[in-house]
Amino acid sequence: MSPGGTDTAVDLDASAYALRLGDDALVLGQRLCEWAARSPELEEDVALLNIALDLLGAARLLLSRAGELEGAGRDEDDLAFLRNEPEFRCGLLFEAANGDFGQTLARQLLVSAYQVPLWHALGSSTDEVIAGVAGKAVKEAVYHLDHARSWVVRLGDGTDESHRRVQAGLEEVWPYTSELFERDALLDRLVARGVAADPDLLLPVWEATVGEVLAEATLEVPQTTWRPTGGRSGRHLTGFGYLLAEMQHLHRSHPGATW
Amino acid sequence: MTSFSAAGGHGAIPTDGVPADEGNVPTRPQSPLWEVFVRSRRGLSHTHAGSLRAPDAHMALRHARDLYTRRQEGVSIWVVPASVIVASSPDEKDSFFDPAGDKPYRHPTFYDVPEGLTHL
Repeated sequence: MSPGGTDTAVDLDASAYALRLGDDALVLGQRLCEWAARSPELEEDVALLNIALDLLGAARLLLSRAGELEGAGRDEDDLAFLRNEPEFRCGLLFEAANGDFGQTLARQLLVSAYQVPLWHALGSSTDEVIAGVAGKAVKEAVYHLDHARSWVVRLGDGTDESHRRVQAGLEEVWPYTSELFERDALLDRLVARGVAADPDLLLPVWEATVGEVLAEATLEVPQTTWRPTGGRSGRHLTGFGYLLAEMQHLHRSHPGATW
Repeated sequence: MTSFSAAGGHGAIPTDGVPADEGNVPTRPQSPLWEVFVRSRRGLSHTHAGSLRAPDAHMALRHARDLYTRRQEGVSIWVVPASVIVASSPDEKDSFFDPAGDKPYRHPTFYDVPEGLTHL
């Protein structure tokens, strides 16, 4: 029996993978919350925070699962609020700064174009909780992609100024995408066991989706050879500490506080 | 002749001669206004749910989904540019609606409803 009171067997590999997925969702959700009351229009506030809420919902289930599989008695709150920067496993793209509205939507396009095939593949994960989360999240991600695509096309194929800014935002976040498709020993083991999605299979789908949207938006695919990495091993961007401070301070200042 | 709009779902409001948003002048042009109609379930008609601002019909439909169906209120959404809705004028209220007031025979209350009839 694990301390959580369930019969889940300890599985540190699957726990680490659930933590990556959960941290991706949690951190991007937190980033999007920065748009609250700052969007170009009230309607867009609601749309972006709706996406944030979807991500938070997935994050809660995934972090709970990570804690369960870890078998050390940590729950979703312990994992979200009581870890420090180097213990987070989110990809750099998910923590990248919002920039302006165009950059936020460019980032959302790149994320959602990845999450749609990711959740689709994880729907048949051998970890039943991850599979369950994926089954729900794929519908949400399809909507997030539609929203991001709609805006990127409108901004890209809009005025000279909107085109310039969304292209600049795209250039800013593009380098962080290569990390999404990296393989490491953990992924090799989990892909073999049918727990994780194979990044080699996600990449062509992502490239096709993004390429199609950028073409429609009259935007250029950024050409860069810079491939920053480190999120999966806890080396994060400069702004990440500020994000965590905002997200965690209430829980840390008032331990055990509830609504 | 004053024009009227149904903008905002508050009934007819004049579109000229009245300073809209006085003291709250937007710093940049706002997106056009759309009226949202939601069908709550199959078999019912679309009902006015509210309004929103969106740059075009595609975005209006998506915003409507986020704003008016997030608690599963609907199975179908219509969005209509508020500017194309023609509303009756409050000045014409007497001639439009009062004549129906003394014609109770138009209500189907003079029929006996058969026992056991449901869904009426």
